Amino acid sequence: VGTDGSCRWMSATRVDLPFTSSQVVPLPFPMAHGTTTLAFMFQGGVLAAADTRSSCSGLVACPASQKILPIHSHLVGTTSGTSADCALWKRILSRELRLYQLRYGRRLSTRGAAKLLSHMLHPFKGTELCVAATLCGWDGGDFSGPSLFYVCSDGTRLEGSLFSVGSGSPYAYSILDQGVRWGLTVEEATSIAREAVYRATHRDAYSGNFVDVYHVTSKGWTRRTREDLKEEYYREKEKRRLERERRDTLHPANTENVTIQRALMQPI
Amino acid sequence: MEYLIGIQGPDYVLVAADNVAASSIIQMKHDYDKMFKLSEKILLLCVGEAGDTVQFAEYIQKNVQLYKMRNGYELSPSAAANFTRKNLADYLRSRTPYHVNLLLAGHDESDGPGLFYMDYMASLAKAPFAAHGYGAFLTLSILDRYYRPDLSRDEAVELLRKCVEELNNKYRMVLVVLIRTQPGHQVGMFQTKVQKHAGLQRFGSDPVHQVE
Repeated sequence: VGTDGSCRWMSATRVDLPFTSSQVVPLPFPMAHGTTTLAFMFQGGVLAAADTRSSCSGLVACPASQKILPIHSHLVGTTSGTSADCALWKRILSRELRLYQLRYGRRLSTRGAAKLLSHMLHPFKGTELCVAATLCGWDGGDFSGPSLFYVCSDGTRLEGSLFSVGSGSPYAYSILDQGVRWGLTVEEATSIAREAVYRATHRDAYSGNFVDVYHVTSKGWTRRTREDLKEEYYREKEKRRLERERRDTLHPANTENVTIQRALMQPI
Repeated sequence: MEYLIGIQGPDYVLVAADNVAASSIIQMKHDYDKMFKLSEKILLLCVGEAGDTVQFAEYIQKNVQLYKMRNGYELSPSAAANFTRKNLADYLRSRTPYHVNLLLAGHDESDGPGLFYMDYMASLAKAPFAAHGYGAFLTLSILDRYYRPDLSRDEAVELLRKCVEELNNKYRMVLVVLIRTQPGHQVGMFQTKVQKHAGLQRFGSDPVHQVE
């Protein structure tokens, strides 16, 4: 979700095979996709974060799936769209990148990997295949440094410094646009990425459960321990409650004001 | 919504494109370049469906460069435009038509400057001025009114500025409905390139082109 045209999050129960096949294969269950993934560049490298809920039109098929898949030591990809398609094409991309490395003795740049993935997906444009990935990598060689590309199965390929993909992406964008700068420290960047995913999971029904954060530097990618967002929700609720109590004791207000305040704070 | 505009003068072609790459309601990039350099003398501007634009434009770009490698001389703008149109036409009634709208701007030694308008139905027209996108509805009449074949470069830039001003004025309201941009952020910063006999000259970000 978040792409238009060929991606519909309530797919039909028929899939058209590409090329010359005229048979239609009925899908065993209705496929849907909803997620929040994000990635941005900063002075410390590239940070990628994603939720872990795999939804299947209303059913949480898996609350602990992996949406950030490492492709090689210095490249990770966030996945959004159809989980199976993403997993498959990430593996195909890993294979092709490894072959390139063996043939030419150097790793293909992130830009090259993005172009390769985009061209591999092009023949399937117009079919039900749905992959919306961001490739986050650190390139070596002449143009070394962090690199971030967005590749979508509808053919979009964009270079940028901040992307968020999925049904929860608008919520994440608004948090990220407020705080992401080049000069962030690693802790600050992790914190804002976690917060963005948390806020998106709060509002978007198709995102939730845990948050994964990956950090790509010149030494490769590292993964933070998976965090349960339910704990974060209760932590924040407790914090708000304490704040409210403190404010009430400092400035005792009449009951009407307090009720209005409580009503406004209702979502948390 | 994407917008392209081109104005041909006596010895130059001025083209501009908006810089936004959007995906439904989200503007994913604010500095996206929609111009593809086919050769030192030809520029292709391409808007349309998400993947088709880059795929088609890069395909044309590589083929024009291949022609030069094989034959030792470059395609003229008119030949490049007809080649592009032929490709659009060939794919039109296939299973995978390219939904792209194009402006091709070039400067030929013998024919002079040329601006070619092409659309996704594989039509081709050499025009003194042209525009693509919803913004074209608002700016073509301005171009009709003020265009003269002997515009100087500064006058052409002034004409472009009038068009951009009109887009900020009127189109923003439509934009808010279609794309929901933030108030105050209009069509985006324009990149303009001027095709002259000596090659490409690119405008910087002078105030004329900043539309905030």
